[in-house]
Amino acid sequence: MPERNRTTAAARPPEATVPAAPSPGGAAREARGPGGAPLLDVRHLRKLYPIKAGPLKRTVGHVRAVDDVSFQVHDGEILSLVGESGCGKTTTAKCVLRAVDPTAGEVLFRLPNGEVVDVAKLSEGQLRPLRSQMQLVFQDPFGSLNPRKNLLDIIGEPLLVHGVKSRQQRMDRVAELLNLVGLRPEYMHRYPHAFSGGQRQRVVIARALALEPRLVVADEAVSALDVSVQAQILNLLLDLQRRLDLSYLFVAHDLSIVKHISHRVAVMYVGKIVELAPTEELFHRPRHPYTSALMQAVPVPDPDKRAALRGLPGEVANPADPPKGCYFHPRCPFATDVCRSETPVLREVGPGHHVACHRAEELDLPGIDELERVA
Amino acid sequence: MTLPTRTAASPAPAPRSPAVSERERGGEPVLSVRDLKTHFRLDEGVVRAVDGVSFDLYPGEVVGIVGESGCGKSITMKSILRLVQPPGRIVGGEIRYRRPEPVGEARRRYKPFEADLARLPPQGRRMRQVRGGDIALIPQEPMASFSPLHTIGEQIVEAIRLHEPMPKARAREVAIAKLREVGMPSPEQRFSAYSWQLSGGLRQRAIIAMALACNPSVLIADEPTTAIDVTTQAQVLELLKRLQADHGSSILFITHDLGVIAQVADHVVVMYLGKVMEQGPVSDIFHRPRHPYTRALLKSMPSLHSEPRVALPTVAGSIPHPLHRPRGCAFHPRCPDFMPGRCDVRVPALSAAGGRSPVACFLHHDEVEGGGHDA
Amino acid sequence: MQPGSELVPVEKTDRVPDGAGESAEVVAAGPAVYVAPAWKLTWWRFRKHKLAVACLWVFAVVALIALAPEFFATQDPNATAASNAYIPPQTVRVLHEGRVTWPFVYGVRGERNQRTLRMEWALDEETRYPLRLFARGYPYRLFGLIPTDRHLLGFEGATGRDTPRLLGTDRLGRDQWSRLMYGTRISLSIGLVAVALSTVLGIVLGGVSGYFGGWVDNVIQRLIELLQALPPIPIWLALSASLPRTWPVTWVYFAITVILALLGWTRLAREVRGRFLSLREEDFVTAARLVGASRSRVIFSHMVPSFTSHIIAAVTLAIPLMILNETFLSFLGLGLRPPAISWGVMLQEAQNLQSVVNAPWLLIPGLLVIVTVLALNILGDGLRDAADPYSS
Repeated sequence: MPERNRTTAAARPPEATVPAAPSPGGAAREARGPGGAPLLDVRHLRKLYPIKAGPLKRTVGHVRAVDDVSFQVHDGEILSLVGESGCGKTTTAKCVLRAVDPTAGEVLFRLPNGEVVDVAKLSEGQLRPLRSQMQLVFQDPFGSLNPRKNLLDIIGEPLLVHGVKSRQQRMDRVAELLNLVGLRPEYMHRYPHAFSGGQRQRVVIARALALEPRLVVADEAVSALDVSVQAQILNLLLDLQRRLDLSYLFVAHDLSIVKHISHRVAVMYVGKIVELAPTEELFHRPRHPYTSALMQAVPVPDPDKRAALRGLPGEVANPADPPKGCYFHPRCPFATDVCRSETPVLREVGPGHHVACHRAEELDLPGIDELERVA
Repeated sequence: MTLPTRTAASPAPAPRSPAVSERERGGEPVLSVRDLKTHFRLDEGVVRAVDGVSFDLYPGEVVGIVGESGCGKSITMKSILRLVQPPGRIVGGEIRYRRPEPVGEARRRYKPFEADLARLPPQGRRMRQVRGGDIALIPQEPMASFSPLHTIGEQIVEAIRLHEPMPKARAREVAIAKLREVGMPSPEQRFSAYSWQLSGGLRQRAIIAMALACNPSVLIADEPTTAIDVTTQAQVLELLKRLQADHGSSILFITHDLGVIAQVADHVVVMYLGKVMEQGPVSDIFHRPRHPYTRALLKSMPSLHSEPRVALPTVAGSIPHPLHRPRGCAFHPRCPDFMPGRCDVRVPALSAAGGRSPVACFLHHDEVEGGGHDA
Repeated sequence: MQPGSELVPVEKTDRVPDGAGESAEVVAAGPAVYVAPAWKLTWWRFRKHKLAVACLWVFAVVALIALAPEFFATQDPNATAASNAYIPPQTVRVLHEGRVTWPFVYGVRGERNQRTLRMEWALDEETRYPLRLFARGYPYRLFGLIPTDRHLLGFEGATGRDTPRLLGTDRLGRDQWSRLMYGTRISLSIGLVAVALSTVLGIVLGGVSGYFGGWVDNVIQRLIELLQALPPIPIWLALSASLPRTWPVTWVYFAITVILALLGWTRLAREVRGRFLSLREEDFVTAARLVGASRSRVIFSHMVPSFTSHIIAAVTLAIPLMILNETFLSFLGLGLRPPAISWGVMLQEAQNLQSVVNAPWLLIPGLLVIVTVLALNILGDGLRDAADPYSS
């Protein structure tokens, strides 16, 4: 057999992965923020879209995109919103950022000086300075960069809008940001069409970080990328979170990615949060039948574990006309009369573990460990 | 259907499909692709979308073709069905199809047929008979594949009558039976539904019913679960496996999702930039991958069981454009086991020498594409 | 996992753009493509359409003529000479007595037919006038500023009223070739000015409609529908007929332009509105808003540049319509009138069958209309295809 030369890693090449050990303070930082108010506190958020019918366009009903959602994000924490199509996770993220105006509820954000503001109630003018505090990483790397602007203009725009008038200053900062996301500073003169999907996503991340936000909302940030590139971007996101002490609100539908990256997970179904718990807890001891069913449905990349794949009967409920009582009851194998008549509230059943299910205490549901027993 | 609880006994594993033994027994393949080359002649140069792909599909077997964007899996599928439009052309290789003898009552109407599909006129009578009647496609986007102006029932009836002349009433019965077989609730009513009236999961079932309408011996599933939720995906995969067991059909399953491949495939073909990098039985590919690309792909996927928030091992760089195909082995610029002087000069052949299953890598043999050995 | 095994010197993959994202032509263009702004990409794409590029040259020639028609003319277009009526074209030849010679023109001899009392013209092969380039001719002011008497074409040995008429003469003995050159200026400029006006109207109203939506959109759309439902010909007839006959030519010119523009902005407004509506949903526009960009910045810095190439394409396609409209109006006598010269005015001379039969060269302005309109249409199509990144 011929000899193999192993290539040695260049020192800090761009786009390299950073093999990192979990940060030492990570475990302590995971649970709660520094003893005080959370960074983001969403309370009873609702977003209803009116359905109009008839020649006079009268409102005949509402699509309950986000239906009484409450959660918190603490400093340095990654909270994921996970669910299937129509569950409202993207709309929730948009409400938090005020890309969309919520119908009701509060979005309390803690400013650097300690003051807490309700993002939902601010006017456009008051929102402006807040924009630097929270930013969005989009899903589609091809649509979220203006194809007519080069990277300097794209990443420099937040700086320009917030008063950095000197072009040299902007160039310096953009160079710094490009380095941070693993791209060469020379690239700032190039246009988006010169880059691959993964590289463009790095540019999107660089733009999001330009104003040093404290909260980054990632809306399916890796879903549109090839598998081999997803890992690069996930590593980058983790690395940046550690280095810059960011908080993420990570919206995704892929459970494996969510488990890999989050400290805590909120599972959503048809506009409501059905379970909210620390990651390990949620995946090993799920308390809501839907959470358990989701895990059962994820195809495990192991051909010896085939019988584990199970789907749920029926279809995802219609957010315009959800079932009475618990929205999940038509598909739930454990539904009882109370489930069919009363909507459950999200309540705490364990330390940090919240579930919206009438039967949470009685049920003993399989988590990911139970998937392994089958073969 | 009940979800298994923690204390329930593990259910029995799924029965191994009989086809594995067909391949091992050395029987006749249904579809035999040999050195298929489909090139696109553009002003800028020749794009070798499919460049020497070979694999076999046996009766009753599921072969998974897996790869990322630009690997040529879609064009391979289109080439088999002769759907490639100019400036694309099949410039070499053969696609040998042999109609297998059905079991049971259909045996009476069996007419043997064997041809090299690459040589048939694409719009000729024989190819049109094969398309839909012998080899059917389950496309990626069911919404785009149904005409919005006709009911799904009408379209299934049309498909049936194109391949087997029969009175409309009987075709309608056959269509309703197919809808029932794919698990469509209330098939008689749904027969008269339009595709846009159905939810994603039901549309997917409808398109599978249409594909099955003429009892094809080969089903080509082109990313059938990419556009649907994970719980619906599990249902659809379950359905495909059941149909395959009932009819003994072979499935060519094209996807980028390794988890899905692990769940449904018997035999896996890994493609990269128009070539096959490795192929073999599914457990070999997942548990004993030999090609560095396959290994890197498997390692870089986060799964439900991997350690959270640790940097994933990644493949550096991104997939090159086919116009900028690297010299020698297409993967060498990104390969951790790259051997200078060999991998960037000669193209490794897909050879089983040195092991059980074919792999295109000089780490495992020194055969060069086009014959001969690397010195 | 060993640290060395996952990392690769990035130089190898550094310069290679992704397979899935870009079209082959962009990839094949090489590294220059990376720093090429969007308009350059559009231009490269456009250059591949050989026919459209050819039409660009054709249009360039026509535009050049429109800029300096006096340079291309050979005689004063308004000089009448009743005795020179209906002279057939004295075409440029290169063959004389079987030999190839320097391009020249035969003279013409006229004889009055004693029966019909009409002049009959025949070629006089005895007299030859060789073609001269940059010759001296009648004086004029280039661009209205520089006095000169140089013309592109001239003829040796013939001056003044004997100057050969390359395209013949009309009823009043006026040189058609020179009139054609002068007519190009008016016809083309009316088209351009009218389009410019309607473009401004269209962008503003279409943009407002698309960006704000709601009742503003509703009102403007209904207005557009109303205007589009009006039959254009009767409206033009009415508006043109209402122009006082005593108005000088220039006033009539502007009035026609304004009329054409007022009725023509609706198409462009619809397109602009459509673009705005779709752009509003684009992620990069949302990104700009989320960064705190002001509304005007979002519109002018992000949305407008995105459809500039489409606007150029739409404008290029609107010009031929305006040219046709003016030609049509003037042909009917409802637009420009003599002494103004435009292709439509020239075609008025060809209105009756007798002229067409006896002097078919009077239809040549129609040919030029066809060529210009075709060229602009093909050019506009080419621009539109190049500007649309999804058309490949």
